[in-house]
Amino acid sequence: MQPLVISRYSIVNSLGAGAEAVLRALREKRSGLAPCEFETARLETYVGAVPGLDDFRVRADLGNFDCRNNRLAQLCLQQDGFDQAVAAARDKYGAGRIGVYLGTSTSGLHSTELAYRRRDPKTGALPADYRYAETQNAYSLADFARRYLGLAGPGFVVSTACSSSAKVFGNAARTIATGVCDAAVVGGADSLCLMTLYGFHSLGLTSTGPCRPFDADRDGISVGEGAGFALLEKTDRAEAGNVLILGVGESSDAHHMSTPHPGGLGARIAMQQALESARLQPGDIDYINLHGTATKTNDASEDKAVVEVFGSSTPCSSTKGATGHLLGAAGITEAIISMLAIERGLMPGSANTRTVDPELKSRYLIENRSARVRRVLSNSFGFGGSNCSLVLGSAG
Amino acid sequence: MRFFVEGVGLLGPGLTGWQASRPVLAGAEVYRSAPTVIAASELLPVAERRRSPVPVKLALAVGQEAFNNAGRDPAATATVFASSSGEGETLHQMCETLASADRDVSPTRFHNSVHNAASGYWGIANRSHEASTSLCCYDASFAAGLIEAATQIAALGKPVALIAYDQPYPEPLHSVRPLLAAFAAALVLTPHATHRAFAALDLEFHQGEAQATRMSDPGLEEMRLGAPAARALPLLQALTRKSAGNVEMEFLSDSRLRVAVSPC
Repeated sequence: MQPLVISRYSIVNSLGAGAEAVLRALREKRSGLAPCEFETARLETYVGAVPGLDDFRVRADLGNFDCRNNRLAQLCLQQDGFDQAVAAARDKYGAGRIGVYLGTSTSGLHSTELAYRRRDPKTGALPADYRYAETQNAYSLADFARRYLGLAGPGFVVSTACSSSAKVFGNAARTIATGVCDAAVVGGADSLCLMTLYGFHSLGLTSTGPCRPFDADRDGISVGEGAGFALLEKTDRAEAGNVLILGVGESSDAHHMSTPHPGGLGARIAMQQALESARLQPGDIDYINLHGTATKTNDASEDKAVVEVFGSSTPCSSTKGATGHLLGAAGITEAIISMLAIERGLMPGSANTRTVDPELKSRYLIENRSARVRRVLSNSFGFGGSNCSLVLGSAG
Repeated sequence: MRFFVEGVGLLGPGLTGWQASRPVLAGAEVYRSAPTVIAASELLPVAERRRSPVPVKLALAVGQEAFNNAGRDPAATATVFASSSGEGETLHQMCETLASADRDVSPTRFHNSVHNAASGYWGIANRSHEASTSLCCYDASFAAGLIEAATQIAALGKPVALIAYDQPYPEPLHSVRPLLAAFAAALVLTPHATHRAFAALDLEFHQGEAQATRMSDPGLEEMRLGAPAARALPLLQALTRKSAGNVEMEFLSDSRLRVAVSPC
């Protein structure tokens, strides 16, 4: 694919608000995971919650969109000078020439969960203040962000579970390559809700402690919440030090709705296609940010796929021990962590992992490593067997 | 962006497949509404067939019909799924359980609740490892799917199938988001004029409010407005004609898509 420059990005999750806060936590190997106190959830599990969302409100003129997910989105759009960078791009290209492609798995679903507790006892009707289109519908996130940023280009939401906000880089690259738009805002947001907490628990996939990716004793995920956004432009806008998106690979497992292919087949195809799309060889990749959810099956099948494509010498790690699994926001979050790895020369070690499972053969990093990082591959895999791998690299 | 149509699938109230519905869309037969007939895909393994929710059955049926009509291998073709409502029945059941005292949610329902459930079951049914995406754009979900399919074809030079589907919500969600009936449409699209291709489409994205092409039959026009996937109807109607024509459809509140349709 034609590379694009990531001219600005912003990030919020349980590690902090803004890139510097997230980088500091990664450098300190601090985890944002804590015992679950979300709303009325009564589950023995850890979550990565973003503080302050309960009292946060979206911009008054967009009040109909007020819900936990759009609050998180707005909080993130306000970090790292992102909204100002988009305003400058809007002046440069025109509002109609900037696309908006965002990923989410549950959108404002928590609003619907709350509304179902307040149904009319006689008619069963939802409360009058419930706003379906602006909160529950998956498009709500992109609708809100387009309005907040004053953009009028093409846009939609990709909702493919935990690969959602990785796949949006592909949507942006294709619409820019075909001249439909000149620049694009990509990213995503996913916020805590009861459906995912109880749902993953029902599948036996949540850990009772903080999740421990690739650990011999790993026993499941920690659900987290977070958001991330990136502004993509053509490379003639690239400056020294900028990070580029170089390649996108997408595939399907065709195996099972909630269990990855045991041999890592879909994961392998996605990684190979991302390399092909970037016109690179496996040896060109300095670090791999794994999907690494800390379930027995995900980590085993991803490890197989990584070893098959890269061998056992490429350093890799999952950052979910620090952030938790951000589901629909995992792709953009880990893409941004990959950008930080390139810009700041940091291969983040795996928070909470104590002993790497001897069955896993990839070169897994428990401790942070300072090194020159030129190119990173980032993996995101989801329910329904939806896989996406991204390749990011330095412009210089 | 120019691309070609090889095959179409259609399921809606009184619309039982593309071939059967062509005379109705062309205006040669009277449109009569009747409940949408949805059967489970026989391509799915028995366990998955039993577990698959209604919107998944709807999407798989219409997709399969489009591939049969195109004579193309679904295992080797990328897919774009577009839906506004996604897995409504499953969402409702999950929210009811979460509002109850025990919150004992079903693991199968949970994995069926994702917006990309249809895409996941499609991959399993057709043993396809090709790229597949699942989009939502509220009332403009069909337009979003069409522009995504068009840019995939133009940028990657490979065929793509677009599968748009919407199943009405049960109450109480139906009252806040009423959809008229279950509706699904699928298009198998290619970058080149293959011997199976019967129409060329030229798609353009434009700023400004749309003068959306309407259906002249009042029942079909009601359906067009009654479910986001049914915004496909004017394009499907244009595909039944022997002469070239233009179709315009609303995209976002401030933009539109123009599709020039020419038989080939």
